[in-house]
Amino acid sequence: MTIDQKTVAKIANLARLKIPVDEQIAVGGELNKILDWVAQLNEVDVAGVEPLANPNDAHLRLRADVITDGGKPADILANAPSKTADFFTVPKVIE
Amino acid sequence: MTKLTDLTITEAVAGLAAKKFSAVELTDAHLAAMERPDARGMNIFTLETPDIARAQAKQSDARRAAGQAGDMDGIPLAIKDLYCTKGVRTTAASRILDNFVPTYESTVTQKLFDAGAVMLGKVNMDEFAMGSGGVTSAFKPTISPWSGPNPAAAARHLVPGGSSSGSSASVAARLAMGATGTDTGGSIRQPASVTGTVGIKPTYGRCSRYGIIAFASSLDQAGPITRSVADAALMMRVMAGFDEKDSTSIDTPVPDYVAALGGSVKGMKIGIPREYRIDGINPETDALWQKGAQMLRDAGAEIIDITLPHTKYALPVYYIIAPAEASSNLARYDGVRFGLRMPGENLNDMYAATRFAGFGKEVRRRILIGTYVLSAGYYDAYYRKAQRVRRLIRNDFLDAFKQCDAILTPASPGTAFAIGEKQDDPLQMYLEDVFTVTLNLAGLPGICVPVGVAQNGLPMGLQLIGRAFDEATLFTAAAALEKAAMFNAKPAFTA
Repeated sequence: MTIDQKTVAKIANLARLKIPVDEQIAVGGELNKILDWVAQLNEVDVAGVEPLANPNDAHLRLRADVITDGGKPADILANAPSKTADFFTVPKVIE
Repeated sequence: MTKLTDLTITEAVAGLAAKKFSAVELTDAHLAAMERPDARGMNIFTLETPDIARAQAKQSDARRAAGQAGDMDGIPLAIKDLYCTKGVRTTAASRILDNFVPTYESTVTQKLFDAGAVMLGKVNMDEFAMGSGGVTSAFKPTISPWSGPNPAAAARHLVPGGSSSGSSASVAARLAMGATGTDTGGSIRQPASVTGTVGIKPTYGRCSRYGIIAFASSLDQAGPITRSVADAALMMRVMAGFDEKDSTSIDTPVPDYVAALGGSVKGMKIGIPREYRIDGINPETDALWQKGAQMLRDAGAEIIDITLPHTKYALPVYYIIAPAEASSNLARYDGVRFGLRMPGENLNDMYAATRFAGFGKEVRRRILIGTYVLSAGYYDAYYRKAQRVRRLIRNDFLDAFKQCDAILTPASPGTAFAIGEKQDDPLQMYLEDVFTVTLNLAGLPGICVPVGVAQNGLPMGLQLIGRAFDEATLFTAAAALEKAAMFNAKPAFTA
């Protein structure tokens, strides 16, 4: 399995990372090296083995469905790079 | 009298209780050491907080005078810059967080402050805890105090390990009495091993992850780095415990780890996993491991051979699961709500420009790998497959613990390497975690204890692995190993 320049551009877009075109080939090479190395997992027979997502296999705890937090617009906006009143502001979205 | 900065936490707690010195005096001694140019030359602190430290120390003395001193009252600590601290800049050593000032406190730091601890400052690390040498930090890399009497002026700048590089360096250099660290693949234990300090990664779910900036959520754990096993036990007792704010926190009692120190290893079964004798193992590492086994045998433990057959697959599994979780966790850095924002023509462009400028090379590499293994068409082949092998790795440990009470292994492949080494090839850097990463995948606790000094004069540690939530047995065994090893080497630089 090889990651070519086109694949790098595709996953960079999925990850919202602006990788410059002249770096894409080099990045692809690095990723290929890592993927070739992890390919040794193909040696392992995992037939019938359930995936383990969490080391304690724990079921997530449930709590009462009540509001426990909120009403902190000042805290939430405290680190905003750009804001107006109680809103975050971003570049224009509508084309 | 011993210099205040040379005391262990345990000794300092006794000294404060006996009114031999005050918390203000103890904190001032550490602040004075931190502020020396040769100490600052090591790039340990990302932010010094002397005003907070002095205020906390003053309050500590007042509490003690009123007979209300906590378990760690007046003890000056360094806090890894991955822990959110209310009103104090927190960076994860990344440009993307810019001047992020949390409006909340992490549960673990809150517990430490509730017990009376003093914060000297925030310390350096690999960016988002991704690295094994501290060299991926957006700040200058931390230089180990083992590099020379004036580490910054030394011919070779050694790393203090990573990712908790500032934590291990501050404690080894006697600039802090203890430090918080975090461990996702070895980031507490490997830095402890290469700096001659003690570091424990508790069981997954033992310490709250609330307010600790996430790297890989099914692997991350908080833990202390200290200069003695007793100090680690004391600090762990404060840091551990159930927290409603962390959905993976486990509601189970925290034993008295300090009481466990006095236990005996007589009759304890210690497993030696043959798969950890990897090809090309450093002969000194191997010899130290055998020496450590002999020490525990002499103390009355029974040493048995065990097998952990899927060990060699742990690193490849880790380098699928950790980047996958990281790519998901780090999606939140979008330039909208906090941190850095770069200009862009439209929203998507702004996201992509911000994230490229804000993340360093290693972090970008892991985000891309993680995005790839989670993308349509590759999810089953990589991510699901890695999760299945992860279960086999955990099952290996469950089987082994039917025969033994704890497992002894090396903690790092060799001694500290130099800044600049292992940086051209990411796979070389990844191998630093070969002995530690298995525990994160299995969720088990592990402690690194300094046991010897290599021919190059640098410290080497060994790792003890325990059953889930059985840190108490680890502290018993670690205390026995520490007692037998009599490790007393000091870095070339100390405060």
